[in-house]
Amino acid sequence: MLIKKLTDINGLPSYEDDVRAAIKEEIKDFVDNMYTDRMGNLIAVKNEKADGMHIGLSAHMDEVGMVVTTIEKSGMIRFDTWGVLPKVMLSKTVKIGKNQVIGVIGSKPVHLQKPEERLTVLDLDRIYIDIGATSKEDAEKYVEIGDYIAFDSEYREMGRHKIKAKALDDRLGCAAIIEMFKSDIPHKLTAVFCVQEEVGLRGSAVAANQIFVDLMINLEGTVCADSEDIEEHLRVTTQGAGPALSIRDTTSIYIKKYYQQMIDVAKENNIPLQFRRSGAGGTDSLNYHTAHGGTPVIGLAVPCRYIHTPVSMCDKRDYEALLALVKAFILKYGQEGTK
Amino acid sequence: MNTKEFLIKMSNAVGVSGYEAERAEIIIEYLKSFCDEISTDKIGNVIGIKKGKGKGKLMLSAHMDEIGLMVSHIDEQGFLGVTQIGGFDQRTLLAHEVVIHGKKDKVYGIIGIKPPHITTPEEAKKSIKLEHLLIDTGYDVEEVKELISIGDLITINRQVVELKNNRIAGKCMDDTAGIATYATILERLKGFDHDLDIYFVASAQEEVGVRGAQVAAQHIEPDLAIVLEVGFGKSSEGSDDGKCLVGEGVEIVTGVNIHRKMFKTLKEVAKKNGIKHQVTVYAGMTPTDCRAIQVTGKGAATSLLQIPTRYMHTSVETLSMDDVEATGRLIAEFIINFNNCDLEEFLCL
Repeated sequence: MLIKKLTDINGLPSYEDDVRAAIKEEIKDFVDNMYTDRMGNLIAVKNEKADGMHIGLSAHMDEVGMVVTTIEKSGMIRFDTWGVLPKVMLSKTVKIGKNQVIGVIGSKPVHLQKPEERLTVLDLDRIYIDIGATSKEDAEKYVEIGDYIAFDSEYREMGRHKIKAKALDDRLGCAAIIEMFKSDIPHKLTAVFCVQEEVGLRGSAVAANQIFVDLMINLEGTVCADSEDIEEHLRVTTQGAGPALSIRDTTSIYIKKYYQQMIDVAKENNIPLQFRRSGAGGTDSLNYHTAHGGTPVIGLAVPCRYIHTPVSMCDKRDYEALLALVKAFILKYGQEGTK
Repeated sequence: MNTKEFLIKMSNAVGVSGYEAERAEIIIEYLKSFCDEISTDKIGNVIGIKKGKGKGKLMLSAHMDEIGLMVSHIDEQGFLGVTQIGGFDQRTLLAHEVVIHGKKDKVYGIIGIKPPHITTPEEAKKSIKLEHLLIDTGYDVEEVKELISIGDLITINRQVVELKNNRIAGKCMDDTAGIATYATILERLKGFDHDLDIYFVASAQEEVGVRGAQVAAQHIEPDLAIVLEVGFGKSSEGSDDGKCLVGEGVEIVTGVNIHRKMFKTLKEVAKKNGIKHQVTVYAGMTPTDCRAIQVTGKGAATSLLQIPTRYMHTSVETLSMDDVEATGRLIAEFIINFNNCDLEEFLCL
């Protein structure tokens, strides 16, 4: 299955190679041309000669994780983070670098802690990775400074409709674009699979300058905090209520004229759709709507609980609704445009 | 099955305090082919007896229970609240995949975590409380109630991982590593006629107050006892998480819970046989089965050997198989050496 294939691969910021290779393999028979730019973004075009509106689809290939910064005398590995909170790392296994060296992140036994210690949060100064090395020299046989560190978590279907995996943010977006390219859509589409979103929307900054589309749809995995201990107005999205449509976030204000068209398409096709009810978080939309004198952007996302952890969770129905909605939108506007 | 395979199989299985049956099965299956008798008792201990020539009774004791969580509440959306059996550091539980041992089948769950955008700066500095953890099974509330009841056990879904240098990490090295030494001992004793009757005990309910071993000692009435545990292994140069060193051999413990002659003899046997060892002192009560066995019934000459283990009570307890093997070898050589000892004389201080 495509989502399993894409989420089980590691693609840390600036190390997106394996994800890109997998995507190329998936879409190669459905594109008129594709290329990788200097930064690593994969840009692909379908139905290049088709007339009508030229729609772009963008998703990012990178996932949150860590990077090796120091190897201690003891052989312990110190690291810095890319978009992860240290508190989610405790008591986890990780995979380091191309060789997938297995490491564990432990912490001081509870028996030896003073009561007040347990009330604090461990920061990066107090946690490290143990690969079983006996010394710095020994560790250096397996790990280099600069190697990426990925969560060790495999795709699993849970409950009636859910998927648990790492990197649902944003392999779900990548998977959705692949499905659009594999579909029978007759209109011109440009896909951008971006690098380095998680470290500051850096891949799309470059990609946006290379493509000329009439409208961009940015596809994401987004925050979902919908348990009852969280107040209604802080939940952002609700799982099982369809894809989430952006109104504004930290980096973009979405133009109502365009997102209203998405709402209309959802209504016409009886596809569930919800608003993304938060202004927090930034996406690659920023770089498209400020490029080439401004490109209209619509932001759609699949709600993901426990985002930016090894165990993020989505609802398959939301993903499937997103596929149906994006396809219906392209089929409606691909010919005559959104005016 | 060698010592490592036995250990991995036990750690991957489930055996929360008071609910040790699944792990007990694995242990019984293993001991069956080596022991003359195997019994279980009402608290859940497994006792395998390998008879010698009746010179005295040596009780080996390692506990098979592990810490775990239990469903305490099912909320209106179907999220599960939890309580714990034994002691977790609640900070190590966030964003874990767990298995809920439900009414019929195992159900997978996720221990959730609030996303950063709704975490206030004050909250970010404080650790979460256990009673605020929620488990998400992905089922809606009606389905959850069909599958899960309050009181169902929850364990962290962790299979053992192999690290470099013959080291492994898993959720229950404490104390299946102690039980795994039995494999090394039994292998070494093959074909050897030992004088001591040896009782291989996998004790229940250690994590909640060393209860099983106390009951086992009542049945056995041992003359001598060796308790196998895991010791706090130091991880890094600047760390304050333990004193003993992983990979540097078995910890031979001394202190008030340890019979001086047992300590002295174990050290001598280790030296004589070139077995890597280190010494640890517990001035007060050891947090182990040893303190119960020492004063059960008419008392026993107790001793404590520990396998250095890092990150205890997390799901990545890490140890060196070399240390497990060293511990087993030391006990086997102690038993062999005892053929040259007189029990009463040995017990005199």
